[in-house]
Amino acid sequence: MRKVAVIGAGMTKFVRRALETPKELSWEAAKMALDSCELTMDNIEATCFGTAPDAFDGVHLNGEYASDGAGGWGKPFMRSYVGGGTGVFNAAQGWYHVASGMFDLVLVVAEEKMSSFYPHAQAAFLTIFDHTTERALKPNLLWIFALEMNRYMTTYGVKKEEIARVSVQHKRNAADHPCALLGEPDITVEDVLKSETLAWPVQRFDVSPVSDGAVALVLAAEHVAKRLTSKPVWIEGVGWHLDTAYWTNRDLVYPRYIEYAAKMAYDMAGIKEPRKEIHIAEPYDPFDYKALHHLEGLQLADRGKAVELYINGTAARDGNMPVCPSGGLLGVGNPIAAAGLMKIAELFWQLRGEAGARQVPGQPKRGVAQAWGDLMQVGTVVVMGR
Amino acid sequence: MTSRIKNFPGTSLSEKDFDESKVLFVHDELKADYAWDTGVGIGAYLAGLKRGVILGSRCNHCRKVVVPPRTVCEWCFHPMNDFVPVKGTGMINTFSLCYVTWDVKRITEPEIPAVIMLDGASELSESSVIMGGIMHKLGEVDPQKVHIGMRVQAVWKPEPEREGSITDILYFKPIGNE
Repeated sequence: MRKVAVIGAGMTKFVRRALETPKELSWEAAKMALDSCELTMDNIEATCFGTAPDAFDGVHLNGEYASDGAGGWGKPFMRSYVGGGTGVFNAAQGWYHVASGMFDLVLVVAEEKMSSFYPHAQAAFLTIFDHTTERALKPNLLWIFALEMNRYMTTYGVKKEEIARVSVQHKRNAADHPCALLGEPDITVEDVLKSETLAWPVQRFDVSPVSDGAVALVLAAEHVAKRLTSKPVWIEGVGWHLDTAYWTNRDLVYPRYIEYAAKMAYDMAGIKEPRKEIHIAEPYDPFDYKALHHLEGLQLADRGKAVELYINGTAARDGNMPVCPSGGLLGVGNPIAAAGLMKIAELFWQLRGEAGARQVPGQPKRGVAQAWGDLMQVGTVVVMGR
Repeated sequence: MTSRIKNFPGTSLSEKDFDESKVLFVHDELKADYAWDTGVGIGAYLAGLKRGVILGSRCNHCRKVVVPPRTVCEWCFHPMNDFVPVKGTGMINTFSLCYVTWDVKRITEPEIPAVIMLDGASELSESSVIMGGIMHKLGEVDPQKVHIGMRVQAVWKPEPEREGSITDILYFKPIGNE
């Protein structure tokens, strides 16, 4: 397989409700990504597009619908969709387009516009539950998270005030992100614990916001990347894995599917000791406890111990292994597919030393980004290095 | 690169912009009616519920019993067509106290969704996989007293009112003086 580099990235602001349509958001991010590496659409040989359920847009085949803005016209184009895992999978999809030898330059665009669903995108999630055995109970998406969080907390004796540190750190980090929706430089654990209880143990500030936005990357084969930039960031490993669709049969304490996805990516990247070899982690954090859950699945913390990384400062932006220096979904926002690809873009900027106020010190060499989704059982992982 | 870009695209709108007609928008409702066949596995499950029995399916190859019933064993990919009753009792694996409805309306008395591990389904000791785990709600219980590990039993609708639905079980309630 050929080596694949990220050579350009772009993104829009993440906002609660964007004036721009999905096509327009996609175009803005794609244009910025192309401009950043001084390419035009003529140079691009194929486009990989990511967006989550059609239900948000009320448009069937949303990938094809948004394809003009995403740069899909007149070339091989395909939308990938694995729920919340889409954004990170989208980069893996772009990777195999190039690694396979089929294309030298590929555009990857992830977009989400959740605000069109009226009055609140939450209700669109009803249709992810089984229509016969679950939907009759009028479930709420928060249930799954609340149920999993409670099980996690109870099994390991992790306290809510400890988990709230995740939300605090990510939202504080996001205050330095120019595209962030919920950057809060002064938020405290107490603020999180005092926020409205939605589905105990989940409170308002434990949750990432519904958002609109888009992110794009340009991927290049090694020989092309080396001609176009002096600072390529390599996609060193990719992995994805699925757990059972019967979510009530699943292990709710430990995300084994993330472990398997991570092992696939680490093996490809030649990583044997992830805790030493990964310098920056961008685990998927739609809820604060999920970042902990995922850090454990990524083998970056022992089971039930991930919160210690936040308590002892390891996860801080200037710690030994910064976690979500971008601000994550909790801070930057959660336009689903775009949020996952934002994590890859963050690693790209961090590893190039171009992250501005968010820059992690110490010239990091390697990072991992991860997302999770579908009926909460998809794990997608990408390892990047320079 | 982010450090070099000063103005990012994306224009934020507020609810007020809509209320005050500052932006044009189209509002429409999609009509989408479905009649889902219940299939073999879930069809048997629902027929069982109508009789007041919770069925699981058993794999004759790897001998697991799982709920809800299905026709293929995910573990060994063998048929799983043997539908066997499990008990209407079990243990709370996890629960939540939910103050928001599915369409984001606030409620003061919490709904109590739970994952219940039914007695009679397989247990795997080396992992936390919940072979007999189903999602349902809890009732006849003080929300502050619910806890993981609590023993519960199904409370059924009166037989004439059952229609072959997961809601034929009204909810699960604590057993005895739990």
